[in-house]
Amino acid sequence: MSNYRIQGATGEWEVVIGLEVHAQVTSNAKLFSGASTEFGAEPNTQVSLIDAAMPGMLPVPNRECIRQAVRTGMAIEAQINAWSRFDRKNYFYADLPQGYQISQLYHPIVGEGQLLIEADEKAGIPEDKIIGIERIHVEQDAGKLMHDQHPTMSYVDLNRVGIALMEIVSKPDMRSPAEAGAYVRKLRSILRYVGSCDGNMEEGSMRADVNVSVRKPGEEFGTRTETKNVNSVRFVMQVIEYEANRQVDVLENGGTVDQETRLFDVASGTTRTMRSKEDAHDYRYFPDPDLLPVELDDAFLSECRESLPELPDAKRARYENELGLTPYNARELTAEVETFGRFETLLSATATRIGKPEKQVATQVANWALSVAPGVIKSLGDEADPAHASSGAQASILAMQDKGEISGGQAKEIYEIVLKTGRDPEEIADTEGLKQVSDTGAIEAAIDEILANNQDKVEQYKGGKDKLFGFFVGQTMKAMQGKANPAVVNQLLKDKLG
Amino acid sequence: MSVTREEVAKIASLARIQMDDAALDSMVPELNNILNWVEQLGEVDTSAVEPMTAVIPQAMRLRDDVVDADPLTAGGRREDILANAPAAEHGFFGVPKVIE
Amino acid sequence: MSDLTNLGVKAIRDGVAAGDFTAREVAEAFNANVAAAKDLNAFIVATPEKALEAADAIDAKRAKGEDLGTMGGVPIGMKDLFCTDGVQTTAASHILEGFVPQYESTVSANLWKAGAGMLGKLNMDQFAMGSSNETSYFGNVLSPWKKDGSNAALIPGGSSGGSSTAVAARLAPAATGTDTGGSIRQPAAVTGITGIKPTYGRCSRWGVVAFASSLDQAGPMARDVTDCAIMLEAMAGFDPKDSTSLDMPVPEWEKGLNADLTGKKVGIPREYRMEGTDQAILDSWERGKEWLRDAGAEIVDISLPHTKYALPAYYIIAPAEASSNLARYDGVRYGLRDLPEGAGLQDMYAATRAAGFGDEVKRRILIGTYVLSAGFYDAYYTQAQKIRTLVAQDFEKAWGECDLILAPTTPNAAFPLGGFDGDPLAMYLNDVFAVPASLAGLPAMSVPAMLNGDGLPLGLQIIGKAFDEQGVLNAGLAIEQRSGFDAKPERWW
Ligand SMILES: [Mg+2]
Ligand SMILES: [Zn+2]
Repeated sequence: MSNYRIQGATGEWEVVIGLEVHAQVTSNAKLFSGASTEFGAEPNTQVSLIDAAMPGMLPVPNRECIRQAVRTGMAIEAQINAWSRFDRKNYFYADLPQGYQISQLYHPIVGEGQLLIEADEKAGIPEDKIIGIERIHVEQDAGKLMHDQHPTMSYVDLNRVGIALMEIVSKPDMRSPAEAGAYVRKLRSILRYVGSCDGNMEEGSMRADVNVSVRKPGEEFGTRTETKNVNSVRFVMQVIEYEANRQVDVLENGGTVDQETRLFDVASGTTRTMRSKEDAHDYRYFPDPDLLPVELDDAFLSECRESLPELPDAKRARYENELGLTPYNARELTAEVETFGRFETLLSATATRIGKPEKQVATQVANWALSVAPGVIKSLGDEADPAHASSGAQASILAMQDKGEISGGQAKEIYEIVLKTGRDPEEIADTEGLKQVSDTGAIEAAIDEILANNQDKVEQYKGGKDKLFGFFVGQTMKAMQGKANPAVVNQLLKDKLG
Repeated sequence: MSVTREEVAKIASLARIQMDDAALDSMVPELNNILNWVEQLGEVDTSAVEPMTAVIPQAMRLRDDVVDADPLTAGGRREDILANAPAAEHGFFGVPKVIE
Repeated sequence: MSDLTNLGVKAIRDGVAAGDFTAREVAEAFNANVAAAKDLNAFIVATPEKALEAADAIDAKRAKGEDLGTMGGVPIGMKDLFCTDGVQTTAASHILEGFVPQYESTVSANLWKAGAGMLGKLNMDQFAMGSSNETSYFGNVLSPWKKDGSNAALIPGGSSGGSSTAVAARLAPAATGTDTGGSIRQPAAVTGITGIKPTYGRCSRWGVVAFASSLDQAGPMARDVTDCAIMLEAMAGFDPKDSTSLDMPVPEWEKGLNADLTGKKVGIPREYRMEGTDQAILDSWERGKEWLRDAGAEIVDISLPHTKYALPAYYIIAPAEASSNLARYDGVRYGLRDLPEGAGLQDMYAATRAAGFGDEVKRRILIGTYVLSAGFYDAYYTQAQKIRTLVAQDFEKAWGECDLILAPTTPNAAFPLGGFDGDPLAMYLNDVFAVPASLAGLPAMSVPAMLNGDGLPLGLQIIGKAFDEQGVLNAGLAIEQRSGFDAKPERWW
């Protein structure tokens, strides 16, 4: 249970949050036309006659958009509706050329599902929590209005019109900004695993409508407000924080919360009533008569299922249980597609190189991937060329380290050179003297000299002062200029000190 | 059931058709005439009937995800898109300034 | 040379192919008739140069010995609901005045591919809403027909009233029509010509200004059944750009024409015997039965019990779809913009639509908006769609007892202009026999039967099973061969 509460004058208030996330479906062409979905094109250059709602134009749905919505539904363990259909949502606005949005109200393609957000003590999420998902439906995106290009006109760009969106509607199951943030992050991660949305919030690929209400704990749901098109996790959390406090103020001052649509103002971090909201909307939904019902057969559904990758929760469990990683490492590595992608490639390359099962090198690779390698890259800054960060080079370094040929410090040094120059790690180790000495002769000679010069300490050690062992190791390493293999040094010292 | 003048005004506003008093006055009885006539559909017991979804039974075809496969449904024709616009500037459509 | 404008589609095509006359001569003859018939107001825009251009292309092909196409050398009229590349397309509405599409509708493109040429864009009821062609922003179309002994102007039917007048008055050998709830059949019937609405989905809707998407179908209007078969074959075909287009081959309807109806059962729906129907209409129906019996068919009584609910259901479904289909006419991307001083976006919409749409269009948009609005949707729209299911089921059951259905096309002959002023409901009743087949998506045609006591033409309607245009055309042919109908309007314009 979340313990997030707003402290009001009349006591504690609980926040109830539901999110409608609009996620742009990854596809080449639009939902109902052949125009491109590419981001950032010149205005109105990616607009077909259909998108511009020219007279007599008709929609024909893109299979890939349907497929991605179904795969997404499967990834959240939702009910997939083999029979669905498109409805028209009618309203007038300059970003909506048809005068209606083709959406789904009565028969969405995906029904109820769920998503797990993980315990995060620091963020105030004491335990894992399941957030219910009401539905996912497929619909068209609208165009873009620009208000500051002309003194009396707004400019309309229809490039976005008709791009496929999935509207993913949660149940009102979240109780704190942190939970909402975790939900959006987790949803984004799943979408990116599935490949159904690139999750790029800056480009508007994911936007959330944030529904917030407050109530005294245990009481009925209060009236909610909906803040539209919030485009970052941080803003989602800000909106909730602001709205919850605003609503508590309103209620405690004897007012009532209006069920209304609000806008988030990024600069001030506040929300305000949408001015363009003229009359109460009556969208007059009805089945789009230009389209037929969408009927999905078993072959289509099984292809969708079979093409799903291992998903975040399953992957995290496998990392812990099969690879033996710590829960922290498992969570960090599975959070993003890029992270686990790099990790798994490197893990496989390293295991092959060393000739050990992945399980036996997983911890070493995880530590390298999560802390060592990022540390090196960070310290180099612009000097590092990311093109040189190949899994082959990293596996080679990790293999040398595993065999005891190089120390941890040498691994970092070698990797630095690799990142700067792209040279071969083994060649670097050889030519730059970045190898540990495992030659017992040289190490023995050094040890003998140290023991001879420190007879007094040898006596003390033999007399029971075990701690001095570290002193001898240190001296030996110093004499070997840090290049001696510590395992060999330890073994030889033990032998000689008896 | 019949509609009042206020209801007709509300419908007209939903449909974005400006109507002055005279227009409303003549429209109200006309609409009521038609609505009273369609009212007879209520006589039919349809509790066991599915509303029609497709008049000729057929499943919806889905098209391949290919950009600009057919020039008639493709993007990249800004000139054509803007050719008939009452106001177009710098590649945009122009509308009276909207305050959100 | 005899007057080429007395020829129909087949005669022109075959004559051009045989070298009896050139396509240019045909186009010139019809262009001249179009130019001389301004009084009828059948065309919104005449395109004589387009007709000549197409004709010259055909003549050039013939000189080279190339295939001329199934409509080679035939100039036609194009209902102004079909978008034509580079030629103004208005749906007879002020709101689209001046709109020049940068694309060609699939149906018109198919016709040009088959060798047809365009005489011009035909007047019609605004957005195809009307049964008398009195709702056009570009003025009423007049029927070429007059009552015996009367000079009163008569309606040409609607919404394809420009099409019916053009064909009946020999301004075009054929024309395209569209039929949402009778808009091909009713005008064909009242002007003494032939017209067929095919199975829903046969003709692509792509590029046709939408009225009611689930009902709209294009079809040919011509002098006779054979011409309709030829032209429908050219218009029809699968179009991947229309989700409701039928993905099936187009039969060779012209080749398949056969007036021998031996073994066919023709159903006579008892519910079509409605109160208020003209006696002459009932007489024509009787004659129709005789003709079909004579052609070898067996006549059987059938019942279509939900017939009386079809028209009111139609007047919920069609306006509902129209209210949404016509939302795009907002003054932003094309057509009229009315921007009063200081108006905001929403004011501009309301002003533009008030100025741009005619009264009947507004009436239907308001009805449609109302029946879809919160709280009324189920009572009106869902109920109407359920009735539509019942109407379709009536036909399904009837097909257990018969192969085709014979009925009148209209409850009365052409009426005078303004005859239903102020009574839209009475006007709607004109389509009472046409609408059930529309709701069920079935092919249906009107063929001329006889003249009534006033000397005005009456039509008979044949309704067939889905996809059985051939059966419908064949029964039409059987009637045509027996009716001996060859009346044509006296030229007064
Ligand atoms: Mg929303
Ligand atoms: Zn949405």
